[in-house]
Amino acid sequence: MSSPGSPVELFIAFTSLALQGFGGVLPVAQRELVDKRAWLTREEFAETLSVGQVLPGPNVVNMALMIGDLYFGWRGALAALAGILLAPLAIVLVLATVYARIAAHPMALGAIRGMGAVAAGLIFAMAIKLAPTLKKNPLPLASCAAAVLATWVLVGALRMPMAWLVLGLGGAMVVFALFWLDRR
Amino acid sequence: MNPFTPDDWWPLFLHFLAMSMLAVGGALATTPEIHRYLVDQRGWLDDAQFSASIALAQAAPGPNLLFVPVLGHAIAGMPGAFVALAGMLIPSTTLALTAARWGRTRRETRGVRAFVAGMAPVTIGLLFAAGTVLAVPLAGQTMAWVLVAATVGLSIKTKIAPVWMIALGAVAGAMGWV
Repeated sequence: MSSPGSPVELFIAFTSLALQGFGGVLPVAQRELVDKRAWLTREEFAETLSVGQVLPGPNVVNMALMIGDLYFGWRGALAALAGILLAPLAIVLVLATVYARIAAHPMALGAIRGMGAVAAGLIFAMAIKLAPTLKKNPLPLASCAAAVLATWVLVGALRMPMAWLVLGLGGAMVVFALFWLDRR
Repeated sequence: MNPFTPDDWWPLFLHFLAMSMLAVGGALATTPEIHRYLVDQRGWLDDAQFSASIALAQAAPGPNLLFVPVLGHAIAGMPGAFVALAGMLIPSTTLALTAARWGRTRRETRGVRAFVAGMAPVTIGLLFAAGTVLAVPLAGQTMAWVLVAATVGLSIKTKIAPVWMIALGAVAGAMGWV
C-alpha cells in the first residue's frame, strides 16, 4: 500500500480519473485508486463508496472528499474535489457554449434530438444494470420490486415531487428495513 | 416558456440547494424533480433544451452531476452555470465532510444498513423515472424510440463508451433520421 505525497498529487490523480470517465467516473476511480496507485484496498474503496451512498449528494464527489480528507484533512478534501470537477467542468461549459451558438440551426436541432434519445437510453441502461443488485438486498425481493415500480410510476408518470417520495416511500422503506433486520 | 428575470436567481439557487440534499443515490436520480421544476413549473426551459443539456453532459468526461451546470448555463448563461453548481455542491459537501469520520466508524450499525437497504430500490426507481422523463417528449417518433432501445441494448451487452453512442445519436439526428 502507498499513499499520496501531497494535495497536489491528489489533485492530479482525481483530474486524471475524471477525464477518463465518460458516462460515470466510478469504474475508473476503482482502477486508478485501487489497482494503479494502491492508495486504497478494494475493501476500503467499497466501504468509502457505501458511506458516500448513504449521504445525499453526488456519490463520486462525496467519495473524492472523503479520500482527500483521509490523507490531508480539509486541504486534501478541497484538492480532490477541485481535481474531480475543474477540468471536466471547463470542457462541458465549452460544449454548452458552442451548442448555444448553433442551437438554432436545423441540423444542430436534429443532432441534439438524437443525443437526447441516446441520453434517455443510457439512463435506462444504468437502471437496468443496477436492478440485479437488489437480489443481494436484505429486504424481500418482492418489496424491493414494488418500491422500484411505485417510484417509477409516481415520479416518472404522475410527476410527484421528489421530496414527498423520498421522505414518504423512502422513509417507509427504511423503517421497514429496521424491523426486518431486527427480525432476523 | 418564461424568460429568466433577476428575481429568479434566488429560487434557482434554492432549488439546487434542495436537490443536493435529496440526491440520495446520485445526482441523476434528481433529474425528474429538476425537470418538474425547471420545465413544468417555471418554464425556464423546454423539453428539448432540458434533454439537450443532459445529453451534452453525458457526452463529456467527468462526474454525472455536471449536467447541473449545463442546465444552469442553458437558463442563464455562465453565471447560471456557477449558481446551479454551487447550489448542488454546498450542502452535500459540507455534510459529507462532517459525516465522513462519523460514518467510518458506524458503517455497520443497524441504522446505516437499514438506510442503504431501504433507499436502494427508491434510487433505482428514480433512474427509471429519469429515463422516462427524457423519453416521453419523443412519443410518436418511431426512429427516436429505436435509438433509445439500441442504446439500452448496446450499453448492457457491450462495453462501448457512452460518448460513441451519443456521437452516433448526434449524426443520426443531424441527418434528419430521428
